[in-house]
Amino acid sequence: MASVVSMAVPGNPAIAHRRSEARIAWMLVLPAIVLLFLFVLLPVASVIVLGFTDFELGYGKFRFVGFENYAHLITDRTFRKSLWNTTVYTAIVAPISILLGLGIAMLIESETAARSLFRTAYFLPVASLIVAMATVWQYMFHPTIGPINALLALAGLPGPNWLGSSGTVLYSLSIIGVWQSVGFNMVLFLAGLTAIPRELYAAAEVDGARSSFDRFLLVTWPMLGPTTLFVITISITNAVKVFEIVKTLTDGGPNKASEVLLFTIYQEGFVYLRVGYASAMTVVFLLILVVLMFLQYRILDRRVHYT
Amino acid sequence: MSALSLRGITKAFGGNQILNGVSLDVGAGEFIALVGPSGCGKSTLLRVLAGLDHADHGEILIGGRDMSGIAAADRNIAMVFQSYALYPHLTASQNIAVPLAMRRLSRMQRLPFLGSLMPDQRTIRTTIARDVRDMATSLKIDHLLDRKPGQMSGGQRQRVALARAMVRQPSIFLMDEPLSNLDANLRVHARGEIVELHRRAGVPTLYVTHDQAEALSMADRVAVMMGGRLLQIASPEVIYDDPAHIEVARFIGQPRINLLPAEAENGVVAFGDMRLTLENPPAGKIPVTLAIRPEFVFPDRNRQDGLAARIERIEFLGSEVILYCRLDAIGESVIAKVQPPEAAGLAAGDPVGLRLSSGRTMAFAEDGSRLAARAEAGGGFAASDIKRERAHG
Repeated sequence: MASVVSMAVPGNPAIAHRRSEARIAWMLVLPAIVLLFLFVLLPVASVIVLGFTDFELGYGKFRFVGFENYAHLITDRTFRKSLWNTTVYTAIVAPISILLGLGIAMLIESETAARSLFRTAYFLPVASLIVAMATVWQYMFHPTIGPINALLALAGLPGPNWLGSSGTVLYSLSIIGVWQSVGFNMVLFLAGLTAIPRELYAAAEVDGARSSFDRFLLVTWPMLGPTTLFVITISITNAVKVFEIVKTLTDGGPNKASEVLLFTIYQEGFVYLRVGYASAMTVVFLLILVVLMFLQYRILDRRVHYT
Repeated sequence: MSALSLRGITKAFGGNQILNGVSLDVGAGEFIALVGPSGCGKSTLLRVLAGLDHADHGEILIGGRDMSGIAAADRNIAMVFQSYALYPHLTASQNIAVPLAMRRLSRMQRLPFLGSLMPDQRTIRTTIARDVRDMATSLKIDHLLDRKPGQMSGGQRQRVALARAMVRQPSIFLMDEPLSNLDANLRVHARGEIVELHRRAGVPTLYVTHDQAEALSMADRVAVMMGGRLLQIASPEVIYDDPAHIEVARFIGQPRINLLPAEAENGVVAFGDMRLTLENPPAGKIPVTLAIRPEFVFPDRNRQDGLAARIERIEFLGSEVILYCRLDAIGESVIAKVQPPEAAGLAAGDPVGLRLSSGRTMAFAEDGSRLAARAEAGGGFAASDIKRERAHG
C-alpha cells in the first residue's frame, strides 16, 4: 500500500502523507458534522425559513410572506406585553438568585459540620420537578387558605392575592423563580469557592487584610470571576426561558399579566397552530439570547481573570 | 530581649498532638532554620506564629509583646509561602503593593472606583508605587512588574513573593519551604540570595525546610523538630558534630549516620577493638546505640585491621565515593565516605576491614538521648591519626 502511494506521487511522500492525514481527519469529524447539521443547524434554519411563511399546522399549503410576520409582531400587543414581562421577570430573578446563591455558597463553605446537609437542602428545588412543586406553591400563595397570607394575617398585614391579581402575579412568579434557581447557582459558586487555594487567604491575612470583606475583595471575588461569568450567563438564559411555572400556575393570566415569551410562542404554535408566526417569535427569542450572550462575553470576559 | 519568643506552644488537631510544648527564642537579626521531616509540625508552628492558627497553650512574644488575641494582619509578620500564594489576577507590581495598600490606605480609599474619589488616595498610591519599584529594582525583578504570576517562571514567582514579603519592614520574616518548588540548580543559587537579603535587611527570620542542606548552609542556628518537639537548637556545626538526640543524628547528614547496636557494661562500651567510657554510667548492662558519621569510617583492603566487612555497593559521586558495606559479624550495614583514590580498585563484593574513629563515635541511650562518652586512650584510634597517615601517604 505504502509503495503504491509513493509511486502515485513520485518525489514527494511528505505531501502525500499530509493529504492522507487530512482525509482521515475529515472522516473522523464527519459523524459530528452530520449530527450537528441534522439536529442543530437544520432545525434553526427551518425555523428561520418558516418565520417568513404563513404556515399553519393542518394546512397542506403555505406561501412566503416576507417580513409580514415580523411587521405583525411589532404591533402585536400580546407579544409586546410578554416581551416586557419576560424582561421584568429576568431583571428580578437573575440578580437576586445570583447574589443569594453566592451568599449561601459562602455561608456553607465556612460551615464545617452540616455542610452536606445544607448543600443538599438548597439543591433540592433544582432537582425537584417544578410542575409537581407548582401545586405546593399554588397552596402557599392561596389568598385564603395559603400559609403565606395566614402568616401575614398574624402580623396584622393584609395579604395580597398573589397569583390572582395582575399587579402581583409577576412578582409571585419571580419568587418561585428565585427559589428554583438559587440552589443551582449555589452549587456552581461552591465549586468555584473550593477551587480557591487556602494559602491565598493566609497570604491575604498576613498581608493585612483584616476583615473578611477585605479578603472577599482581594481573593474571593476575583478568583470567582470565571464562575460568576458562567453563573450570570446561565441565570439570564434560564430566566428568559421561563415557561413551566407560568403554564402550570397562571396560564399567562390574569389578563395577560404573566404572559412571557416562551408561553406566547407556545400559545401561537401549539394552541392556535400558527407555526409561521410562532417561528418568527422564536427567531426573535433566539436573537435576544444571542445578543445577551454576546454582550456578556464582550463586556465581562475582559474583566475576568482565568488561571 | 529576643525578637521572638515561643513558650510551651501546644496544638492538637482532633486528638492528634501536632505541637508538643515548643519553646524557641529568635534573637535580633538571627536566621533560624526549622528543619524536620514532613508532618513533624513545623508548618503548623509557622501558622500559629503568623496568627493563622491558634495554639491550644503557650504564649508567643514578638518584640516582648504578647501576641495572644492579635490577628495575623496586626502582627507585622511577613511570610513567604511554599506555593508563593501570589494573587493570580494581579500583576507582579500589584501583588507587591498589596501589603502596603492594606496598611497605608483606609478601607474607603481601597474601594474600587469609589476609592479614587477619596482625598489623599492618589498621593499615597504614588508613594506605594515608588516603594514597589525600589523593592523590585533591588531584587532585579523590575522587568517583571507588569506580568501576572501565570506568565512567570517558578524562580521569578519566588522573587515576587519575596518582594511582597520584604516591601514593608516586618518584625519577623517567616518562610515556609520557599525553595522547594525550584529546580536543584536554582535552589542552590536562591539559597545564597536569601542569606544575602537577610544579611542586608537584618530582619529576624524563621525558615522552615525539610532539606537539611538548606538548614545547615543558611542558618545561624538550626532547630530540629520531630513529632511536634524541638529536639535540639544549636549552630549547624554542633547539630552535625554533636547531636543531642539519636533522631537528630539520624536526620542530619548525607549519607546518613551509621548506627550500630552495642552494650555498655559498667560504663564501658566495647565494639571491636574500640572502647568508650561513659560518664555517669548506670550500673550493670545497658543496651546502647553507637553512631558514627560515614566520613569517620575508614576502609582497609587489609582485613586484619578493624571490623571484617564486605562491600555491597559503591557509589561514585565525583569528589567522593560512598561504600555500602555489611559487617560479617553482626550483619549491620555500615556506610563509609572516602576520597576517590582510597576507593580505587575496590569493587562490590570485596572484603574490607573497617576502622571506626573512636574519638568521633557517639553513644545514645535506648530512649534516644545522648550519653556523654570519651574514647579510651590507646583503644581504637583517633581520626587525627588517619589524617596524619593520609597527609604523609
